[in-house]
Amino acid sequence: MTIAQPRDAGMASTAPEQLRVTDLHAFYGESHILHGVDFEVRKGELVTLLGRNGAGRTTTLRAIMNMVDRRSGSIVIDGRETLNTPAHHIARLGVGYCPEERGIFASLNVEENLLLPPTVRSGGMSLDDIYAMFPNLYERRHSPGTRLSGGEQQMLAMARILRTGADLLLLDEITEGLAPVIVQALGEVLVKLKARGMTVVLVEQNFRFAAPLADRHYVMEHGRIIDEISAAELPERREHLHAVLGV
Amino acid sequence: MTTIFGIPLMVLFGQLLLGLINGAFYALLSLGLAVIFGLLKVINFAHGAQYMLGAFAALLGLEYLGLDYWLALLVVPLVVGALGILIERVLLRRIQHIDHLYGLLLTFGLALIFEGTLVNLFGVSGSSYPVPEALAGGFNLGFMFLPTYRAWVLVAALAVCLFTWFMIERTRLGAYLRAGTENPRLMQAFGVNVPLLVTLTYGFGVALAAFAGVLAAPIYPVSPTMGSSLLIVVFAVVVIGGMGSILGAILTGLAMGLIEGLTKVFYPEAANTVIFLVMIMVLMLRPAGLFGKEA
Repeated sequence: MTIAQPRDAGMASTAPEQLRVTDLHAFYGESHILHGVDFEVRKGELVTLLGRNGAGRTTTLRAIMNMVDRRSGSIVIDGRETLNTPAHHIARLGVGYCPEERGIFASLNVEENLLLPPTVRSGGMSLDDIYAMFPNLYERRHSPGTRLSGGEQQMLAMARILRTGADLLLLDEITEGLAPVIVQALGEVLVKLKARGMTVVLVEQNFRFAAPLADRHYVMEHGRIIDEISAAELPERREHLHAVLGV
Repeated sequence: MTTIFGIPLMVLFGQLLLGLINGAFYALLSLGLAVIFGLLKVINFAHGAQYMLGAFAALLGLEYLGLDYWLALLVVPLVVGALGILIERVLLRRIQHIDHLYGLLLTFGLALIFEGTLVNLFGVSGSSYPVPEALAGGFNLGFMFLPTYRAWVLVAALAVCLFTWFMIERTRLGAYLRAGTENPRLMQAFGVNVPLLVTLTYGFGVALAAFAGVLAAPIYPVSPTMGSSLLIVVFAVVVIGGMGSILGAILTGLAMGLIEGLTKVFYPEAANTVIFLVMIMVLMLRPAGLFGKEA
């Protein structure tokens, strides 16, 4: 058991741990992608994984979901070790996953896509709540999922995991390729989710989008976490971060 | 006597009906193949053997257990479907992570084993299964004689096809199946037990084949090779309709039966090849099949 290090005085630092990843290695076939990833996320926190393409951020999320070929180390979700948990049991621990490619199903309409992920916990948003948060989806609820615009598909990919009662959201590159006005709308959604007490791990390329939302940032390189920056430290370390991320 | 293009109307309607009934079997069998292929990506070469097992189980059940036709219609698909579940759990699952061609080879081997075993036990000459009493006789429609059993086959096959279509396209379980067909890994990340879904899907596809086998027992000779000759045509039907389309499989099956029937009237020599000619044309013009989605 690792003893939690004292952190800056943010509220989240006293909350219990929702996710702790320790010495995580992950493989696709013979390719060794993650080389000992360590980080933790507390309940109600919004944490980002920053890094260049190929740093292993997407693989980290996929490894947590048990969607890689092989993994070792430790992944504790809500106090439960999940390294040997079958993939379809991970969601039931209250984890909602929004993949980079969005994963909208073409053979299902918008509402079927929304209703698809099984409920994993009570306390999820109702369909009405979701349509109130994403009015566009209500208007297009009978269209095939992939007929939506990129932004609407992203909204749909996020919306459908809010219904399930998941309280730990793993969001992969949700702003990628979207117009600024949609990115802004997604930011507002994240603020609302945080207000509801959700825990979020955000893999993000768009640092300007992530900076004002996050409590802490982890920087990844070559399949490892190389740095951790709290929101309070961010202004003084921005230069350094830009250099690391190459933005 | 009324004729059309010099063909007596009765002959024409008779062949069309025969074609439609063949088409109903094509539809049932290609539907099962399409459902299995959709989720497992395995071309189930044992499908014909599983259809034959259905017919044989009905025949042996009647002979040794006194299992009557109506019970057989219910019990045989369950039993053969359970065999399918066993095949998936014990064999197909072990090779699902490698090239799906191995699944094809495995099911082809299984088909040979099933056929060979039954040939050894019962020989190749077929036996006949009596038409159930309630469905004996027929109606005189004025322009032709319609045997009751054949009418029943058409109704039962279409009802099962429509039921399957409804289950897949209109229910939550069906939505899981469609989504699992597109992206099984993501479905699993959502908490859906995809391995179980795969097992049940294979079992269901096999049960459909067995159901077709029981339906077929009273009209076709029940022999160990009855499935393999049919399966080749069914594969052509699936290629024409497009792999993985449910409605496409049903409509194409019926249409191909009709085309075959018509050909028998106007140019009997081509009746056995016409479906393959259609297949070649479709492959040239629309490689994904009539109802298939462009890859």
